[in-house]
Amino acid sequence: MPSLKEYRTRIASVKSTRKITSAMKMVAASKLKRAQEAAQASQPYASAMAGMISRVAAGVAAGSGPALLVGTGSSEKHLLVVCSSDRGLCGGFNGNLVRFAKNEIRRLQGEGKKVEIVCVGRKARDVLKRDYATLITETITNLGGRGRLGFADALKVSDLILAKFNAGEYDVCSLVYNQFVSVLAQKPATQQLIPFVMAANENVDVAATPYSFEPEEDVILADLLPKNISVQVFRALLDSAAGEQAARMTAMDNATRNAGDMIKNLSVKYNRARQAYITKELIEIISGAEAV
Amino acid sequence: MADTFNFELVSPEQKLISEQAFQVTIPGEEGDVGVRAGHMALVMTVRPGVVEVIRTEDGVKEKIFIAGGFADISQTNCTVLAEEAVPVANLNAEKLTAELHNVTEHLSLADSEVEKLSLNRKLAIVTAMLDAVKAV
Repeated sequence: MPSLKEYRTRIASVKSTRKITSAMKMVAASKLKRAQEAAQASQPYASAMAGMISRVAAGVAAGSGPALLVGTGSSEKHLLVVCSSDRGLCGGFNGNLVRFAKNEIRRLQGEGKKVEIVCVGRKARDVLKRDYATLITETITNLGGRGRLGFADALKVSDLILAKFNAGEYDVCSLVYNQFVSVLAQKPATQQLIPFVMAANENVDVAATPYSFEPEEDVILADLLPKNISVQVFRALLDSAAGEQAARMTAMDNATRNAGDMIKNLSVKYNRARQAYITKELIEIISGAEAV
Repeated sequence: MADTFNFELVSPEQKLISEQAFQVTIPGEEGDVGVRAGHMALVMTVRPGVVEVIRTEDGVKEKIFIAGGFADISQTNCTVLAEEAVPVANLNAEKLTAELHNVTEHLSLADSEVEKLSLNRKLAIVTAMLDAVKAV
């Protein structure tokens, strides 16, 4: 049985751990709020962009247009952009994402496609490196630094994607990231970036007003599509950032509660040990006195 | 027909302006476009330059620099999607000259395709910013 002193130090150390986890929970909660606000603020631009693309794309004859819209004509080589976080201690956030990405890679390889990976965030790289070191072509870490995530960070990622596409290194590009469903749930998801996928419901009011374009549709489209990729990446990064904070908040909340339980258990054991010690001493004194 | 229309200036990070305006001048890729209420429906690309907003008929011009983007104009609405927007009054010629020098130097040293892409974009923006400041 551990001594009284050992119990005391154990309790003290668990208490200080609890302080840290509860502080991390608060920090994550306030960061989550900011991240959610940022995600919300990026909405108007994204929806205006989507509306504009569907309007312009409707003016372009089907099957023609830039490669970003219609693809390269083959789907042999896939590029997966995996967006994870840079830091751990956020529960299953990165684990789930990486498992999802691995399934995706296996599925594509099973279909005989070639896969390349670009890792955004340190955690995905660290894990994917073990199995797919040869597939990882590029890693981008430390996006947003210590401050908030800006559009410039998304540009870093989308520039890389576009440069690789223009160099003909792949045919299809998808984002793999954690979708923010609610504070308690983040769902790993894929989103295809290249070729462009139009949402089904965006076609509704296209023909209603005749639009003119300046310059021509395909020139605008050639400008609009790369920008749209940046916007999609930005949205995914913001989603993932909000998800990370939410996951960390939940994980730290659990950790704080577990630490509380542990302290309770240890205190009970400590008190028992203390009582046993006192009883033992009393017995020694009494039996000593009786012997005289 | 109403005298004013709804003008929105949106950047990826937030909605910057959303209000009624009397006239807006947008620096289009193929020349400046003045927009008033009832303008024909038009989608166009915008070069880096200055957007001038006049809120009421006899109001003053408000100049905002935008780093290129797109504009979506309809009879009652005008939405400008800009990557970056700064009021011209907040730009500083000296700082921009230094920045321009800096970017040009980096560009001559850049070797990767990705780096060149982002530096070229920056160069165009800074040059346009300088022009905007000088024009005041």
